[in-house]
Amino acid sequence: MLGFSRPQTMAFLLMVVLVIVSPFVLYPVFLMKVLCFALFACAFNLLIGYVGLMSFGHAAYFGMGSYVAAYTAKVWGLTPELAIVMGTLTGAALGTVFGWLAIRRQGIYFAMITLALAQMNYFFCLQAPFTGGEDGIQQVPRGHLFGLIPLQNDMVLYVVVAVIFLAGFLLIHRIVHSPFGQVLKAIRENEPRAISLGYRTDDYKLVAFILSTALAGAAGATKSIVFGIATLTDVHFSMSGEVVLMTLLGGLGTIFGPVVGALAVTGMENYLAQFGAWVTVTQGVVFVVCVIAFRRGIIGELGAKLKMAL
Amino acid sequence: MFMILGYPAPLLFGQLLLGLINGAFYALLSLGLAVIFGMLNIVNFAHGALFMLGAFVAWGMLEYLGIGYWWALVLAPLIVGAFGVLLEKTLISRLYKLDHLYGLLLTFGLALIIEGLARNQYGSSGMPYRIPDLLQGATNLGFMFLPNYRAWVVVAAAVMCLVTWLVIEKTSLGATLRAATENAPLVQAFGVNVPRMITLTYAGGVALAGFAGVLAAPIYSVNPNMGENFIITVFAVVVIGGMGSILGSIVTGFGLGIVEGLTKVFYPQGSATVIFVVMVIVLLARPAGLFGRAA
Repeated sequence: MLGFSRPQTMAFLLMVVLVIVSPFVLYPVFLMKVLCFALFACAFNLLIGYVGLMSFGHAAYFGMGSYVAAYTAKVWGLTPELAIVMGTLTGAALGTVFGWLAIRRQGIYFAMITLALAQMNYFFCLQAPFTGGEDGIQQVPRGHLFGLIPLQNDMVLYVVVAVIFLAGFLLIHRIVHSPFGQVLKAIRENEPRAISLGYRTDDYKLVAFILSTALAGAAGATKSIVFGIATLTDVHFSMSGEVVLMTLLGGLGTIFGPVVGALAVTGMENYLAQFGAWVTVTQGVVFVVCVIAFRRGIIGELGAKLKMAL
Repeated sequence: MFMILGYPAPLLFGQLLLGLINGAFYALLSLGLAVIFGMLNIVNFAHGALFMLGAFVAWGMLEYLGIGYWWALVLAPLIVGAFGVLLEKTLISRLYKLDHLYGLLLTFGLALIIEGLARNQYGSSGMPYRIPDLLQGATNLGFMFLPNYRAWVVVAAAVMCLVTWLVIEKTSLGATLRAATENAPLVQAFGVNVPRMITLTYAGGVALAGFAGVLAAPIYSVNPNMGENFIITVFAVVVIGGMGSILGSIVTGFGLGIVEGLTKVFYPQGSATVIFVVMVIVLLARPAGLFGRAA
């Protein structure tokens, strides 16, 4: 089904069941946060896991998506689905420019360039009038879906967010398992070889980058509709670090890893929020432990144990 | 008051000096990053945190032990360097066979831990550090007042950069180091203890960051975020200069500091982003960096 193997189909169905059941057990707003970050992490994983491009500035696309969705929903009065589309397009547009610049260098330089470009974007957001500076954009209305269905109720909004997440998840899976995705993996494994086979690898990398940033923008946009707020936190580089952590902890290059990682990191932050800066320290420790002893991540290790690719 | 290009001269020279000071820190930090990258093939994301640690060690020595600035200038880099030895031996050395990426992620995690612990202990506000008596006050140069401490920072950083350059380019130790950067197994075959050399290179690189931290302590308040603010800009500096050349990182560091300072005069809104804009231009015109070789 959709390029899923049998175990993956089972895991996907399990995930869908969990997405449906969990709002009856856990706080829906927390779950919506998890789903937004899960989509964000899946988008990031599309680059690092399947093209081997380490972007250390994904907060730029997430955050700009968040700002634009918040702005258009509040000031222009767009309906939430249109605001999210605007956020997605913003992520894609910014990704086109930044990606076009960053793919000129490989490896570690790519990471540093994306980080520096995201920092430039951060300073832009700090000064630009439409972002509201330190205050951000607050009290964004949830509005009416398609102008008809009011989203004030958390459960109704949860359904919308779950649909966006599942659609994004399936889209990424489809991209990875398309002929286009096979070329991406070839580039990850051996770029000179892919070039010698006649592929314009830069074009492929740029398209993958834009797809990833568009989905990151969608995740940010959805997040701002859910919480009714877009702030500098969304574009700050610690947000870029967080999405790296989620993906690393869940498992780089696994399908379900980023989702599990997003759940683990968001849950941890929720639990540790009362302890102030210990959140940062804990994140640092998780990074170090993952890199030293746990490079395959939770899902990667599980998949290796069960001898199946999850 | 005389004017240059329609701007009052003291403003222009004042910002130029601030730019030079920032440039001094860019140069010291990017130099350390370049030395470490050359030898270990990892980008040390913890560099900013270790810069901050240098400032905190200096502050702590004065606060708890009564050890003054001049001793701190010697001891703090040694302590940060020793901490670097510990980090390299226990953690970083496990990553040499892996993708560069993991080195970046590990040192990013280390930076989060160091900065998070500092924030827990001392809060985010920052503590003042007194300028040493010898460097109090300012000198009247006729066209501007030059604060003595700021002049000292520029001179000390320039001298330290020059010494590092001389050690690497002109001594036999530096020659061995450069050889090991090019081809470690061959140098090891000549009987050089390469792993120890790698450890000491890392220690040396982070000691430079510690030294920069002590220099910075009296200028900026000693606070847990001081490194975080610098490190990303330093990455842009490294991308602009290319990590291939020692002299290149020194020149680029100072040069970009001056560019930033001048932007504060002519177009203040752009001063935070100007270095990144320069990076974009360099990427378009010379993707390998001003002094870099194509990878």
